[in-house]
Amino acid sequence: MTKTLNGIAASDGIAVAPAYLLVEPDLSFSKTTISDVDAEVARFQKAVKDSTEEVEAIRDTAKKTLGEEESQVFDAHLMILNDPEFTGAIENEIKNSKINGEAALDATAQNFIAIFEGMTDNPYMQERAADVRDVSKRIMAHLQNKELPNPSTIDHEVIVVAHDLTPSDTAQLNKKFVKGFITDIGGRTAHSAIMARSLELPAVVGTETITSDVKNGQTLVVDGLNGDAVIDPTDAQVADYQAKSEAFLKQKAEWQKLKDQPSVTADGKKFLIAANIGTPNDMEGVKANGAEAVGLYRTEFLYMDSKDFPSEDDQFEAYKAVIEGMDGKPVVIRTMDIGGDKHLDYWDLPDEMNPFLGVRAIRLSLKNKEIFRTQLRALLRASAYGKLCIMFPMIGTLDELHQAKALLKEVHDELTKEGVKIGDYQVGMMIEVPAAAILADQFAKEVDFFSIGTNDLIQYTMAADRGNDNVSYLYQPYNPSVLRLIKHTIDSAHKAGIWVGMCGEAAGDSTMFPILLSMGLDEYSMSATSILRIRSEMKKINTKDLEGLADKAINESTTNEDNEKLVADFMAKYSK
Amino acid sequence: MESREFHIIAETGIHARPATLLVQAASKFGSDVNLEYNGKSVNLKSIMGVMSLGVGQGADVTITANGDDEKDAIAAIADTMTKEGLAE
Repeated sequence: MTKTLNGIAASDGIAVAPAYLLVEPDLSFSKTTISDVDAEVARFQKAVKDSTEEVEAIRDTAKKTLGEEESQVFDAHLMILNDPEFTGAIENEIKNSKINGEAALDATAQNFIAIFEGMTDNPYMQERAADVRDVSKRIMAHLQNKELPNPSTIDHEVIVVAHDLTPSDTAQLNKKFVKGFITDIGGRTAHSAIMARSLELPAVVGTETITSDVKNGQTLVVDGLNGDAVIDPTDAQVADYQAKSEAFLKQKAEWQKLKDQPSVTADGKKFLIAANIGTPNDMEGVKANGAEAVGLYRTEFLYMDSKDFPSEDDQFEAYKAVIEGMDGKPVVIRTMDIGGDKHLDYWDLPDEMNPFLGVRAIRLSLKNKEIFRTQLRALLRASAYGKLCIMFPMIGTLDELHQAKALLKEVHDELTKEGVKIGDYQVGMMIEVPAAAILADQFAKEVDFFSIGTNDLIQYTMAADRGNDNVSYLYQPYNPSVLRLIKHTIDSAHKAGIWVGMCGEAAGDSTMFPILLSMGLDEYSMSATSILRIRSEMKKINTKDLEGLADKAINESTTNEDNEKLVADFMAKYSK
Repeated sequence: MESREFHIIAETGIHARPATLLVQAASKFGSDVNLEYNGKSVNLKSIMGVMSLGVGQGADVTITANGDDEKDAIAAIADTMTKEGLAE
């Protein structure tokens, strides 16, 4: 039966392929007393044998599709599966306590997990608890004749369906076969959405029920343009979507022609369109889409993708690669934004009631100056290789900015003393805390540039958690309150003679873009895949027609919807 | 029975990769091979056993082997220890 679900369009494009459910089965069990101990031990041994064969197969596929390093974790799993102290202990538990395999497995695994997690002075060993958990889960599934998803064994084209996708899930996916994503939860700024855009895969998030509506192997359409997911489409629908996909690809090819052209309006006014990146690997997309700068390099991924704090040299190499790769074009590197929803396995930070209002980004950096210092040293060393702009995230008070700048100066002097070559660089800050936006005129006197982070600025202005579906209606990018803060920031920057950019998702948003243009924003930084679309839209707009648009948007409009209509009417009237 | 003492110098102690290599080395031999540390003894053919000891830098451990190929086992383990920079 055909069924259409409506979600949030998170990444452009359309794909048709069988569903692959990345959903874990319920493995709960009850503890029972058994009489035939030998049969129970045999049942357990069979589950271990089946698990071993399965992991061997996964390891072999992973080695081929993901590479040697990604497959090593499965070697570790095999050692645990064949470990006499582990399986032997479980068998003894079955024999001595006369309990079922599930209960014996669980008790023994918990024991080892507790030992490993207790080694608080050794984060590596703490992580091994995760291996024991993974292996136990697999044996548990075999004991209950249930199937675990094994994403690393995917060997044909699929659309991945999940409740939500975490970074570790996506690391295991073979990008060659994954044609799109559909999830139950999340919004445009969720990890799964951002990743889909950087991989240029269509994605629909926030469908609420896709994991329970679709079965493994059922045909799925993911329409990342409209936010639709179609289960079991009719032949006619498949043909329609294929036609729509072709039209989309054709338009994309048309945009491609703008790759090496400057970003100008119809009347020849020049602006800068830049790309947001997470790692040096994203540079490929930056170049393919003709970015004129890197407007946001999120350095926290360096920390998140590593097993321990990245060394000064590792960071230096990453920053240098991006700066050199841009060949003299500006590169805005944001110091680490850890905390909030971004955590590190190896950095045990206290739980907070409201992590987004807690110790994150610059607050965390200023509390951990040695870690921050290492990053600043790496940045300044990399400044010799091109045009670096250092940016501090989450600045809320002038005092925080002073502290960050003072530390930067200390590190600068220290490096100069060591004889290290430092290039010219700019120092700027994110405007994402409403307090900073309101005081933008004061901040503007002390930095070289601003970059407006809309994702957080909207969430903090509207007091609406951007990851919470129940308040997503309050996440209103075009609300006049948000637009007033943006306009005040831009005006303050220009009054002080500094440049101002935007690096939130809003910069690449077709409704927001004309408003920003009318406010005179200088730099627009977005997912690389949005660049050519916005450049093509820019060409259609004459800045003379924009006069008064910003004023209407913040003074006459009273709601988010008013502004959607305002821009739609404007584009209908003037866009050429 | 054959035995030898080692002083662990590796900064992170006997953790995953070296532990894996030690277990692999020990598993090649028929002899019973044990690792003693802090008054506890575990089967050196068990990764979980070795890892659960949490042997850190500066630890003194004793490896014992008992069986036909005990001499070769100790030699192979000593070889792994030095090659991996685990112990002196």
